[in-house]
Amino acid sequence: MAEDERRFPNSASQASPVLTVRDLVIDFAGGGTPFRALHGVSFDIPAARTLALVGESGSGKSVTAQAILRILPRSAAITGGSLVFADPAGGKRIDIARLDADGKPMRRLRGGRIAMIFQEPMTSLSPLHTVGDQVAEAVTLHRDITAKEARREAEAVFARVGFADPARVFDTYPFELSGGMRQRAMIAMALICRPALLIADEPTTALDVTTQAQILDLMRDLQAETGMAILLITHDLGVVANMADTMAVMYRGRIVESGARDALFRDPRHPYLKALLKAVPRFGMQPGERLTPIREAVAIAPVAAAERPAAARGPILIIDDVSKTYTRRAGLFRKNVGEVRAVSHVSLSLPPGRTLGLVGESGCGKTTLSKIVMRAIPASGGRVLFDDGKGANTGPRDIATLTGDDLMAFRRDVQFVFQDPFSSLNPRMTVYELLTEPLVIHGVGDSDAHYRRAVELVERVGLERRHLRRYPHSFSGGQRQRLGIARALALRPRLLLCDEPVSALDVSVQAQVLNLLKDLQTAMGLSYLFVSHNLAVVDYIADEIAVMCRGYIVEQAPKQVLFSNPHHPYTRALLAAVPSPDLDHPLDFAALRSGSFSDPAQWPMPFRLQPGHVGTMQDLGNGHRVRIGVHTVEEAA
Amino acid sequence: MREQLATPHFVDAQPFDPGVSDPGRHEDERFYRASSLALIWWKFRRNRLAVVSAFVLLFFYAMVPFVEVIAPYGQSERNGDFLYAPPQPVHLFHDGEFVGPFVYPYSFTFNKETFTRDYVVDRTAPQRLRFFCQGSPYRFWGLVEMRFRLVCPPEGGTFFLMGTDRLGRDLLSRIIYGARISLVIGLVGIGVSFALGLFFGGVAGYLGGWVDSAIQRLIEILRSLPELPLWLALSAALPANWSPVAVFFGITIILGLLDWPGLARAVRSKLLALREEDFVKAAELMGASRTRIIARHLIPNFMSHLIASATLSIPSMILGETALSFLGLGLRPPVTSWGVLLNEAQNLAAVSLQPWLLWPIVPVVLVVLAFNFVGDGLRDAADPYHE
Repeated sequence: MAEDERRFPNSASQASPVLTVRDLVIDFAGGGTPFRALHGVSFDIPAARTLALVGESGSGKSVTAQAILRILPRSAAITGGSLVFADPAGGKRIDIARLDADGKPMRRLRGGRIAMIFQEPMTSLSPLHTVGDQVAEAVTLHRDITAKEARREAEAVFARVGFADPARVFDTYPFELSGGMRQRAMIAMALICRPALLIADEPTTALDVTTQAQILDLMRDLQAETGMAILLITHDLGVVANMADTMAVMYRGRIVESGARDALFRDPRHPYLKALLKAVPRFGMQPGERLTPIREAVAIAPVAAAERPAAARGPILIIDDVSKTYTRRAGLFRKNVGEVRAVSHVSLSLPPGRTLGLVGESGCGKTTLSKIVMRAIPASGGRVLFDDGKGANTGPRDIATLTGDDLMAFRRDVQFVFQDPFSSLNPRMTVYELLTEPLVIHGVGDSDAHYRRAVELVERVGLERRHLRRYPHSFSGGQRQRLGIARALALRPRLLLCDEPVSALDVSVQAQVLNLLKDLQTAMGLSYLFVSHNLAVVDYIADEIAVMCRGYIVEQAPKQVLFSNPHHPYTRALLAAVPSPDLDHPLDFAALRSGSFSDPAQWPMPFRLQPGHVGTMQDLGNGHRVRIGVHTVEEAA
Repeated sequence: MREQLATPHFVDAQPFDPGVSDPGRHEDERFYRASSLALIWWKFRRNRLAVVSAFVLLFFYAMVPFVEVIAPYGQSERNGDFLYAPPQPVHLFHDGEFVGPFVYPYSFTFNKETFTRDYVVDRTAPQRLRFFCQGSPYRFWGLVEMRFRLVCPPEGGTFFLMGTDRLGRDLLSRIIYGARISLVIGLVGIGVSFALGLFFGGVAGYLGGWVDSAIQRLIEILRSLPELPLWLALSAALPANWSPVAVFFGITIILGLLDWPGLARAVRSKLLALREEDFVKAAELMGASRTRIIARHLIPNFMSHLIASATLSIPSMILGETALSFLGLGLRPPVTSWGVLLNEAQNLAAVSLQPWLLWPIVPVVLVVLAFNFVGDGLRDAADPYHE
C-alpha cells in the first residue's frame, strides 16, 4: 500500500483514459495478398498507469503502437475504429485515426505528447550526432526554445534518467555508451517534452537482466513523478507482472483477454493466456516438471540402441584452465596498447549425457568459450579435452592437437546450435540439402542413405517428410530452430553446443524447442553445453550451472544448490534481477539500484578481485564452488 | 495487495485455435517449394517498368544475329545519287486509297546558290516496298552468300527511312549494323570486367589481410585516374595497322579493364557480409572445405546481387564505346557502331542541315535506359527474402 501511495498521490486524476482505442482495424494491401493485421482491437490506457500489451511476434502488438503514432508502413492503412487521445493537460479530444499522418497536428502529438522508445538502443540513436544534440532536437522541434535552454533542459533530463555527469553525457556520441546507457538516453529523448503517453516497444528485450531491472525501475519512477501513461509492449510475462497495472493479451490481431493485471495472472480464463503462463520457464519448477508448449508438435520417436553413442567413462568434455586474451592494437603502426581478457582461467567438466549451463550477461566471455570448445578459435592458454569414448587407448584428447581424420571425427562428434534461426540456414538450399550437407561433407553413406536419414531427422524434430522439398523461407522461427537442431543431429554427435538457442524465439515456441532438446537428450544420450543469459531457461534445462562474469567462472554448482543457496554477489544480483511471471515474487528494485554487480573490483569481501588477480575457487561441498579473492586467503591465514 | 483498478476482465468469446503447428507465413505449397530463382523471378515480374525494359532489350539483342536480313541495305552500300538524302517516310494511303506500305520517290536538284542538294518529293508515283524479297547480296554470318532480306527498296527506287549520310549510305541499315558492335561490346566488356571483378573481389573478400589491402589500394589507384584521358591513351596505343576486328577487341578489353574495380568492391563487400552469416560458420564448423563453402554457400547467395550490378554497368560500357568512337579514338570505319555513326554527326553543319544524322542517339538512349531499369528491377529482386 505504501508503494501505491507513493506512486499515486492523487488517485482521482486517473479517472479518464489518456488513450481510448475502439475497434481498431488495420489492413495491409500492397505487394502480396491483402492481409488484416488487427481485427477490431479495443483498450484504454488510464493516466499515470501502465497497460501491458502482451503477445507473440506477428500478433499485432507493434502494428498497434505504430498506428497510435501514425507511423504505419506505407502498405498498411487504418480501415476502421478510433484512437481517441485525451490530453490530461487540457485541450480537445483528438481522434488520431482521423488525422493526416504527416500533417501538423499529428506531428505536434508525435514526440511531443506521445513519445516512443524502441527495442534496439544500438540503432535508434544516430551515430553521427552527440546524444545531447539528439535529445535537445526533440525539445526544439516541439517548443520555441533557444539552444542554450534546450541544453539546460536536456542536461536536467539526463540527470533525471540517472546519468552521473549530465554535462559530459551531452557531448558524448552513442558509441561511447553501453546498451543500458543508450536506452537511458532514449528514455531521456522521449521524456524531454513531458509526454502524456509513453509507448515502450520491448524496451528492455535487448538488455541484460540487471540493466533491464534498472531501466524498468527508472520507468516506474518517472511515471510516478510525471503522471504519464505507459503502453508497454512486451512478450515477457515477468516484465508484465512487475510493471503493468492493466494488461491486454493479443493473439493473431485480436485482444483475447484484458483486464487488471492481478485478475489475469491469478485467474486467466482464455485458453491462450492459460497456455502462455504454463509455457514460460520459471524458477522453482519441480524436478521432472515439463513446460507445456502452446502447440505440442514434437513427438520423439524412440531411438534404437545402435544410435546411442558409446558412453565415455569419464567426463566427455574437460575445459582445463582455458584463457583467451585479445591484443588491442591502435595507431598507425598497430602498436599493442593492451590486452583484453575475454576468458580467464576457466575450468569446467561435463559428464556424458548431462547438460552444463553457462550463464552470464553479454560480454562475459561465454560465447568466446563455446567457440574455443568448437575449435573455431584457438585458446591463448589451457587445454580443452574431448573424450570420443571410441577406443580404450585414446581417452580424453586435447582438441588443439587434432589433425586430419581425427579432426574430422571431432567435427562429427561436436555440433553447434545457433542463436539466430534466420541466418543459420542457407536460404538457397532446400531442407533436404540442408539436412544432408553434413553427411555429404563427411562422406557418410550414399544418396539412398542420405534420403532415409533426412526423413528420420525431420520426423525426429516434429516436422514432416513433405517439408524436405521446401526452402527455409517457408518456416517460422521455431520451425527453423528445429531444423537447425535436426542438422546438428545428422552426424549422430555426442556433444551439442547450444548458444542461446531459444533467445530469438517467442515464449510460446521456446517451450517446444526446450522440450525437444530435453527429449533428444533422454532418447539419444547427448551431452549439452548450453549457453544462455536467461537463468530461468538454464534452470529448466541444465543439470549443473556455471555463472560467468568478466571472463571468470564466479560460481558453479548443481542447479538446485545454486538457485537455493547462491553465494556470489554477482549470482545473487542476477537471480534477483530476473522478473518472475509470478505476482508473489516481485522484483526488489531497491536492491538492484546500486548498479555495478559485474565489476570484480567492487564485489564485497571476500569476493573482491584486484585488477589482474584471478582469485581461487573455493569448494563449498556438494560440487558447489565459488570464486574468492586470493588476498582473503592470505588474510585468513 | 496492490490497489486494483476497476478494469473489467474481458475474455474473447471466439474459439481459440492454436493451430496444429506454428503457422508459416503463407499457405501455398508452391511458395514453400520455390527456389530462390523462382522467388527472384516472381518479385522481378511485379516491376512493370523492368519487365517492359527487359522486352526492349530482348528485341534489340534478338536483332544482333540477323542484322543482314533486317537491314534494307548493306552496311557500306553507297548510293552515289543520294548523298545526304533526307528521311523518306512510309505511307499507306495514296489519294485516299489504301495501297499498302509505299514511299514516294524523290529526285534532287543542285542548288547553285547554297551549294546544297535540294530533294524534291514526287507525290504522283507511289513505289511499293517489297517484303521478304531478294535485295543486295551479303554473306550471312560470313559464310553463306544470300540475298534474302525482310524489306527491300522498291524496284528501281530507294528506301531511306532515316535518310543517308555523306556517302549516300542508308542510315537505318547502318544503325542496325551498328547495333551488333555496340550491343556486343557491352556484353563482352562486362564479361571481362566481371571475371576480373569476381577474381579480385573474391580474393580480397575471402582471404582478407594484406591481400585485401593490396587490392583495395590498387582499386583506389585505378579509380583515381581520370577515366577519359586514360581511355584515350590506351586506345591511342592500339596500333593503327590493326584490323578493325582486332581494334574492336582491343577496345572491349580496355573498357573491361577499367570497369572491374566497381564490381570487385561489390563482390568484396557482399562476401564480407556473407562470411559473417551463421550458415557459413555452420558449414565451417561442419568441416566443409573452402571450395565447398565458396561454391555452395557464398556464390549462390551473392550471384543475384552481382548480376544486378553487372547489368547496371553495361550501359557505361556502351556509352564508353560510343564516347571513344565519337572522339575518333575508338572503332574506326569501315567498322560501324553507334559511336562511329555519331562521329559523322560531329559538325555543326550536320546538326543544322542533316539533323537525321543524329538518329543513332535514339537507340543508345533506349538501350542505356532499358539496362538501367532492368538492373534496378534485378537489384530489388535479388534478395527475395526481405520485403
